[in-house]
Amino acid sequence: MSDEVQGFDNRADLAPGDEEEASIGSRLLGYVTGLGLAVLLTATSFFVAGTDLVWQPSIPVAIIVLAIAQMGVHLVFFLHITTGADNTNNILALAFGLLIVFLVIGGSLWIMANLNHNMMPMDQLMRMQR
Amino acid sequence: MTDATMAYADGDPHHLRSAVAHVGPASKRIVTGYGFWIFILSDMVMFSAFFATYAVLLGQTAGGPGGRELFDLRNVAIETGFLLASSFTCGLATIAAGVRSKIWFQIAMAVTCVFGLAFLTIEGREFASLVARGAGPTRSAFLSAFFTLVGCHGMHVSAGELWLLTMMAQVFAKGFRADIQRRILCFALFWHALDIIWVAVFSVVYLLGSAI
Repeated sequence: MSDEVQGFDNRADLAPGDEEEASIGSRLLGYVTGLGLAVLLTATSFFVAGTDLVWQPSIPVAIIVLAIAQMGVHLVFFLHITTGADNTNNILALAFGLLIVFLVIGGSLWIMANLNHNMMPMDQLMRMQR
Repeated sequence: MTDATMAYADGDPHHLRSAVAHVGPASKRIVTGYGFWIFILSDMVMFSAFFATYAVLLGQTAGGPGGRELFDLRNVAIETGFLLASSFTCGLATIAAGVRSKIWFQIAMAVTCVFGLAFLTIEGREFASLVARGAGPTRSAFLSAFFTLVGCHGMHVSAGELWLLTMMAQVFAKGFRADIQRRILCFALFWHALDIIWVAVFSVVYLLGSAI
């Protein structure tokens, strides 16, 4: 019984940025893969931004999706933040950080757009102050 | 008594203690790395405030030039290439530190340093040309937000350059001691995180900003 429980999760934690034990070749391959994917996503971003080939209103969405994908690539291949059992603490900290980031950015944009929408046009405001 | 009743007797009914892999505090490398990871996340929260400011002020050009007239996307692509390449060579330096090869560590770090300096040079020249064209941070709210956000990232890269040179000197003078290895780990985290923030900068500031 207690042996089973011990076998439940006997891997030690990993420091963020550290990889599980691996040979030089496979570690190198990880960085090369990351670089290749990042270059591909960056090139796509710059291409999409300047092209007439795609439907214009979709371009901002495409750029944001590509950016998020590339951040994911960097996190996995360069910072080695993965969903492995030994990485739980790092993932939880990242998730909390992302929550705050989305609250700050989304909240600011929402509130400021709402204020902007409710504000009287500037010329009308000036006339009332006279 | 069975194992379960013994666990109750110990005040550990859910076998929490036996599920933890190693008893006692985590190794210093994990504690240091985790603490630095928390710092990086708080740094990203700070950057998110600057990004929110920029996004809100994107259209507020006060009759001045907007992103479409000001940004040179070819320059930005070259900058991006240099920073991405430096992130890659920083990874190579991490591998070299892992196998304790001083020569390869110094070579990879030197290349990282040169790529980082190339990035900073291009950014500095862009800022100088903007100010020379009368589009400095005082011109409009949009430009204030632009210089704050991109300048803050540039300051981080500059600080990273100093840290990089310090690590090269420390490895040269002291070798791969455990404390030096921890500093290399933190430096690599910092440098890769800067590249993540740059991804957001070139996407949001330059590519989306030049549509305005």
